[in-house]
Amino acid sequence: MSEQIQLKLVDFSCYNLKPINLQLKAAETISISGESGSGKSLLLRAIADLIPHKGQCFFRGKEAHTFAPYQWRKQVAYLAAESQWWFDTVGEHFSQPLSEQTGLYLKHLGFELETLNWEVSRCSTGERQRLAIIRLLVNNPGVLLLDEPTANLDSDNAQQVEKSLLQYQQQTQCSIIWVAHNKKQIQRIAQRQFEIKNATLVELPGMETQT
Amino acid sequence: MNVVSLSLFDLSLAAALVVLIAILSYFIQLKMSRTILLAALRTVVQLLLIGFVLKWLFAQADFIWIALMWLVMLLVAGREIMARQTRRFKGIWGYGVGTVSVFISSFVVGIFVLTLVVNNTPWYTPQYAIPLMGMIIGNTMTAAALSLESLTKTAWQQRMVIEARLALGQTWRQAIGDIARQSVRIGLFPIVNAMATAGLVNLPGMMSGQILGGTPPAEAVKYQILIMFMITAASGFATLIAVWLGARHLFDERQRLSTQRLHAERR
Repeated sequence: MSEQIQLKLVDFSCYNLKPINLQLKAAETISISGESGSGKSLLLRAIADLIPHKGQCFFRGKEAHTFAPYQWRKQVAYLAAESQWWFDTVGEHFSQPLSEQTGLYLKHLGFELETLNWEVSRCSTGERQRLAIIRLLVNNPGVLLLDEPTANLDSDNAQQVEKSLLQYQQQTQCSIIWVAHNKKQIQRIAQRQFEIKNATLVELPGMETQT
Repeated sequence: MNVVSLSLFDLSLAAALVVLIAILSYFIQLKMSRTILLAALRTVVQLLLIGFVLKWLFAQADFIWIALMWLVMLLVAGREIMARQTRRFKGIWGYGVGTVSVFISSFVVGIFVLTLVVNNTPWYTPQYAIPLMGMIIGNTMTAAALSLESLTKTAWQQRMVIEARLALGQTWRQAIGDIARQSVRIGLFPIVNAMATAGLVNLPGMMSGQILGGTPPAEAVKYQILIMFMITAASGFATLIAVWLGARHLFDERQRLSTQRLHAERR
């Protein structure tokens, strides 16, 4: 595994969260759990620079403010728990012209190019979530901030999504912060496990990296 | 031709109709009776007062008095725009966005028309300068208020969508572009409708007034065309400026959606 530090947080905090110091290596996945309202989503949104925060955040050694905001968000990509759609058809939400990868990802997640002509309102929750992931991955992000990406999905859909995300990670060596509740899933995906308790991010013991 | 003089009794007949609407709106719980009656009362008092002010003003030759009158119109229009917003901006922006956009658009267009088109001596002859500018400011006020209301309200309702678009690496312009364009269109609907139906559905107020006052219809029509074009131009500038300023202010320096810059909804 590469020892390159992909994402680094220095005294990073938002709202009432205590300052966080954290380093993620390339191709590493960490999980964050915690009660609802503990600030997991806020933390992810702050790292994507979508809400105000204190402290510093580095991507491959470069501080967030040295990036234009939209370039930072392309690299450090946030996936909300509930996907948002604003045009009528699926395809309008993808930047044109379509890249080769779009077709590839569509296939991996059980779609075809024809899917782009579908009406969003006729897609199921599971289909929308898978399409939202494709929409995110075609930006080639180096860090994925996933906010319970499989929470609204049945187990078949959930496994498919999980597999595709890990496959993307293998190809690109991206780092992942994965907010999750399911213990089995966490053990499958994460090398280190964290929890937000009393506004503090703590690493859960006994789960050292097996590199 | 003599103008038929209206007696106090004639006006009270019309007033009775307004009271009727107010009573009706009370019974169907529109919660507008007070607003309607108050606005009607304001119409009477303000118009009577302005009658005296105009009589005095038309006798003045000094530009400073014209300018002062324009300023009062502008400040009142700015306040009205603010008062019409469901979620107005906090702080100076609440008053500033509307006022600045009306100021730039109506003064540029108004002074352009007075100096180059009407071209009186002096160009600020109050008989032209006051009513022309009044009509421009009044209509741009509506356009700016409608477009700002649409912008802030839609941005609030669609804040999740805007954030999702930002998260996908869109710039603030892309993320709010559709909402901003829609808001400009909404601001321009009234004047575009008025132009499209001019003469067929509505005989515009000023033209009707001139004809009632004895001006030959052909002359009154020319003035009305001038007014409509002025209002369209000024409304166009005003909505563009208001929506651009407003949209910009919805994002901070890191292009984060800052809905906390809006007041809570006013019911």
